[in-house]
Amino acid sequence: MTVERKKWRDLPIGGVIITGGNAQVYLTGNWRTKKPVIDMKRCTNCMICWVYCPEGVILVKDGKITGIDLEHCKGCGICAVECPTKVIEMVKESKDE
Amino acid sequence: MIKKMKLRDIAGSTEHLTCGHRLCTGCAEPVIVRQVLHAAENPVVVANATGCLEVATTIYPYTAWKVPWIHSAFENTAATISGVESAYRALKRKGKIDKKINFIAFAGDGGTYDIGLQSLSGALERGHAFLYVCLDNEAYMNTGIQRSSSTPRGSWTTTTPVGEKIVGKPEYKKDITEIIAAHGIPYVAQTAPSHWMDLMTKVKKALKVEGPTFINVSSPCPRGWRSEPEESMRLSRLAVETCYWPLYEVENGVWKINLKPKKKPIEEYLAPQKRFAHLLKPQNKHIVEDLQRRVDERWETLQWKAEVSQQRSQQKQQQQTSANPTSQ
Repeated sequence: MTVERKKWRDLPIGGVIITGGNAQVYLTGNWRTKKPVIDMKRCTNCMICWVYCPEGVILVKDGKITGIDLEHCKGCGICAVECPTKVIEMVKESKDE
Repeated sequence: MIKKMKLRDIAGSTEHLTCGHRLCTGCAEPVIVRQVLHAAENPVVVANATGCLEVATTIYPYTAWKVPWIHSAFENTAATISGVESAYRALKRKGKIDKKINFIAFAGDGGTYDIGLQSLSGALERGHAFLYVCLDNEAYMNTGIQRSSSTPRGSWTTTTPVGEKIVGKPEYKKDITEIIAAHGIPYVAQTAPSHWMDLMTKVKKALKVEGPTFINVSSPCPRGWRSEPEESMRLSRLAVETCYWPLYEVENGVWKINLKPKKKPIEEYLAPQKRFAHLLKPQNKHIVEDLQRRVDERWETLQWKAEVSQQRSQQKQQQQTSANPTSQ
């Protein structure tokens, strides 16, 4: 996961940042040593993990959890601790993936 | 009245603080900011004091904010946001803008308890309509864990080391929520991210007020508190359950305790944090006892304040209704 850096010639005049929320292109997922894995069959979609996630990487569509944005998840494990039904497990990252 | 929120209704809506920011793993600040911004119903303008939040969310050439955002120095966030609010009111008078906009200032404990106190006090006194959110992580974490006036007694920091002369910070923590409440502003509250419903309700309440409002939020910091990243929300909950960080609000001079927990001993809150590790040794037992005594005293005072101020407001209401019964 690498980020392409802009050369000084490509920068806008005054060095202003012209798009809001462009931090999304910076992938913080490589900070992680453990990744959260949700057991979707047992998940009750209570959204507790969503509200406590510091990154906001719990993906939700139409009131249902669809997955985790692992490109940005820093693997803090708050979701696994807070999950009321304990369906999130922190799994050690392996090199082969 | 604030309608009770359901997580399922708000989950999946636009994130105004996006992922890709570089706050530490397990930091509670983005949790608080996300909750605050999800609770805001109108468009917001954010002023952000120097601190972890400002530094880590806007590392050039990126920004994690999707809302208008102004960075100011440590000492003048409240002055900045009051300026923005004044400009908005001027534009509104001239008929150039008719949207309802909310103004929120975020600052850490350094920017609120210490350096920014004078400008905050001034802005509160002038009565600008804004919400000031203090993210209290109890030291200058951004520059390397130096003590602030928010650091609790006995806590290790790099400037209050544990040794023969002193055992962590010798002084007590400043009670900023009460200092702000003493300004007599319409709404002051204290809350924690672990109680998301409480936090979001308080933000909604504060943003409805036409005047200055202040919310103090406990923000666990795994780096500075020397705790595990996954423990952040649990620590925040423990702070509430030990009455170290009571959830209460002061609305127009009436104190109200939002949660009366079954009080746990302070040791349960101290134990998971390595910054307090030395306090658990037998020779430092007196400091823990002192902390417990102070927590008990403050909790008692708070309950007393709530009781007295609620009685007074009830009496006032009764007097008013008996004076002009036709208005009912």
